[in-house]
Amino acid sequence: MASAGADLEVVGQRAVAAAADAGVDQAEAWVEQSWGVEIRVYEGEVESLSEAGSRGIGLRVIQDGRPGYAYGTDLSDAGVTDLARRAAEAARVTSPDEHAGLPAECGSADVSGLSDPGFADWSTEQKVELAVAIEHAARAKDGVSQVEDTVYADSSETVAIANSQGFSASFDATSAWSYASAFAGEGADLMTGMGLGLGRGPGAIDAEAVGNEAADRAISLRGARQGESSHCPVVLDAFVAASFIGFIGSMLSADAVQRGRSLFAGKEGQDVAALQFGLVDDGLDPDGPSSSPFDGEGSPRRQTPLIEDGRIASFIFDARTARRADRETTGGASRRSYRTPPSVGTSNLVLGPGDLSFEELLGQAGDGLYVTDVAGLHSGVNPVSGTFSVGATGRLIRGGELAEPVREITIASDLVGMLKAVLAVGSDARWVPFGGSVRAAPVLIADMAVSGS
Amino acid sequence: MSLIDPALAERVLERALARGGDFADLYAEDRNGFGLSLDDGKVEQAQLGQERGASVRLVTGDATYFGHVDGLGEEDLLRVAESVSGAMAAAASGVQALGAVSATVVHPVAERPEEVAAQRKADILRACDERARAAGDAVRQVSASYAESRRVVEVFNSEGLAAGDDRTRVRLGVQVVAGRDERVETGHETLGGHAGFELLSGDPAATAESAARKALTNLDAVDAPTGRMPVVVGNGFGGVLLHEAVGHGLESDAVQKRASVYAGRLGDQLAAPFLNAFDDGRREGAWGSDGIDDEGMPTQPTQILEDGRLVSYLYDRLRAGKDGVASTGNGRRESFRHLPQVRMTNTFFAPGDSSPEDLIASIEQGFYAVSFGGGQVEPATGDFVFGVSEGYLIENGKVTAPVRGATLIGNGVEALAAIDGIAGDLSIATGYCGKGGQQVPAGVGQPHVRIRALTVGGTA
Repeated sequence: MASAGADLEVVGQRAVAAAADAGVDQAEAWVEQSWGVEIRVYEGEVESLSEAGSRGIGLRVIQDGRPGYAYGTDLSDAGVTDLARRAAEAARVTSPDEHAGLPAECGSADVSGLSDPGFADWSTEQKVELAVAIEHAARAKDGVSQVEDTVYADSSETVAIANSQGFSASFDATSAWSYASAFAGEGADLMTGMGLGLGRGPGAIDAEAVGNEAADRAISLRGARQGESSHCPVVLDAFVAASFIGFIGSMLSADAVQRGRSLFAGKEGQDVAALQFGLVDDGLDPDGPSSSPFDGEGSPRRQTPLIEDGRIASFIFDARTARRADRETTGGASRRSYRTPPSVGTSNLVLGPGDLSFEELLGQAGDGLYVTDVAGLHSGVNPVSGTFSVGATGRLIRGGELAEPVREITIASDLVGMLKAVLAVGSDARWVPFGGSVRAAPVLIADMAVSGS
Repeated sequence: MSLIDPALAERVLERALARGGDFADLYAEDRNGFGLSLDDGKVEQAQLGQERGASVRLVTGDATYFGHVDGLGEEDLLRVAESVSGAMAAAASGVQALGAVSATVVHPVAERPEEVAAQRKADILRACDERARAAGDAVRQVSASYAESRRVVEVFNSEGLAAGDDRTRVRLGVQVVAGRDERVETGHETLGGHAGFELLSGDPAATAESAARKALTNLDAVDAPTGRMPVVVGNGFGGVLLHEAVGHGLESDAVQKRASVYAGRLGDQLAAPFLNAFDDGRREGAWGSDGIDDEGMPTQPTQILEDGRLVSYLYDRLRAGKDGVASTGNGRRESFRHLPQVRMTNTFFAPGDSSPEDLIASIEQGFYAVSFGGGQVEPATGDFVFGVSEGYLIENGKVTAPVRGATLIGNGVEALAAIDGIAGDLSIATGYCGKGGQQVPAGVGQPHVRIRALTVGGTA
């Protein structure tokens, strides 16, 4: 596998050299190659099986402070020469940006465990069996009326970067994930539930656990009715907490802050959360799906506390936003794929876990609402004011115990108000791929507005 | 542009079916894109992309085997065909002879976007910036984006189909932030179509003015009311409610897995007799239109609601076969790296007799949802949530104060049955629809519609 990385680095170096020939000041190539499988099963049989590889290259150039970007799937010498010409052409139409430029210092952090050494030992047949076992576990639970979708997918990828500062590096990573969507009940009582598992390889996925989770979530909501309006304590489960944390992470981007598009603009060092709520951007945790030795522009990944002791400790910076703010990058350049230039983003967001069990959180809530799903987060939050109203599904909490299921309600607050009202964070933390990549736990909020009937 | 020689396509399909199977197809694509974004008066990004590749699909019984490859080299295509055939262990299945690719132009392009100088595109973004800022002193930030794409696709299958399509799309989007004192609000507007640069030949900066007007209006907005009330939903992007709360439930993959509230409801009276609705991938120049779908079927208008009765689901080839009906041309893929899924194209309510004014005048206390920021639905239950990006109170038959932070929440089947008025001002807006990890352009639309009662979730 090491040779794959070296090969891609060579492709990147060729593209950078072609860009220099095209006359640009700076250039950076990002090259990806991946191989993966996606398996859908239904009623114990393969519904679809896709096994395929893909590759691509993105080239960022800067000419007189003007950025340009081109991407493509042709990694041949002729292909990268054409790519360089196109990137240089793109740079002719943009405006000069005094802060544009590659990072001053590039490098790779020491992060191990991104690849599962046993990954290649799994045959496609064994992966199909894993997916079938997930579906079987979900269907075996009393009360499950249907399992609509069960998916296993994995990927083995090599990523390389090369730039005109002479930096060149690559890494390999493997990942596997699975989910199942189960239904419980019929007609007006029908509710759905999702189970989820992820890790560095198929061996990290517990089929029984994923299937059971999908089933249990659906069963616990079966027969839900519209809840009543109230103001009450709310417990967000880890999935829901992760969605909110992902949104908060996007607001901690220095780019959003510098553009005045974040409710946290101008609030560095200020109180924005309860002391119980700590958040770190961790690009090095081997279990974190978004961990890597370097970020989307070749700066070493690191751990950056974002919210500490209730205060904003740092925003997330890439080289450009750091230059503009006269500080150091936090290794916060993200890359969705070779199709897009780097932009500021989170790596893995890690919520500092608390010490209360789930039962203790419910006990502390007393009478309130346990939210297991939210809908419309991205359309329902004003990023500047932070006010939000989102659809919610879950269970009532009565006397510290889970009570009847509710649906068709909204929960509303504002993000800072909600963060300051965090009473406790649970101890059961898990990785959730919602809102980016988040390690979340259940969270108890002192009070939220619930709208229903 | 021709991507694949039919003789090569035949060899690839023969290789795919060499160990048996019911059906195979080869999908080849060349996609080119250009995008520009402007922020704070500066053109910040310019991106050019070029991707080329193909995929092979093998269907046997209810199972599909799939592989894709970057580039269109003969050896690569044959290798991926060989790889999907590995799932089989029977005698070879036959492939019908393939003729030349037939491609009819359904959506003519007057001005090829790639032949227009990038500077002219940048100038349109600058004009958007100026027009938005001229709309009011409270406008603080303007960002605008331009995107063009051209996808040349060819589809060949083992039943002798050889079809092609040349798809050009252009889209302009503007986002405006307005602020006064501590208050900050945003407004968003888009203009797009399956069309060439001529789409922007009129007054594209009007898109920016509309976005600015929304942001400025929201500065005066009051907190949203809470509770059940009559709701009038605006035309154009208001149709996302139909798309999410009804359309997804009519996609036959969900129906056949009983994962839709509309399963088993064909022929049922689901809405008032004056309601008609269509999914129409043929509609000329519309955002969600194509010449053929991504399985090579010609796109078509499909009536889904006739006089309030549910008359059709939406089908791709696979699901149509299961139900013994013809595909409705709704097999779509994000790219050559994706399997076809059952997807909507342009989904809309047909125009009715009423006017928006009449619909509003009939309401004593209610809510007017002009447009949505987005929405989400659970097709299995029909439960939906929509964030209202522009909304107003209706008081004594008149539109009064703008409202912020409102959410519409309800159930698709119930909301559809509760529609008790429809106007004649149909328009179609541009959306991107996500499903199973694939994003495709989808047109959403409707005239103004009145719903007897819906839950408004507010912030008040």
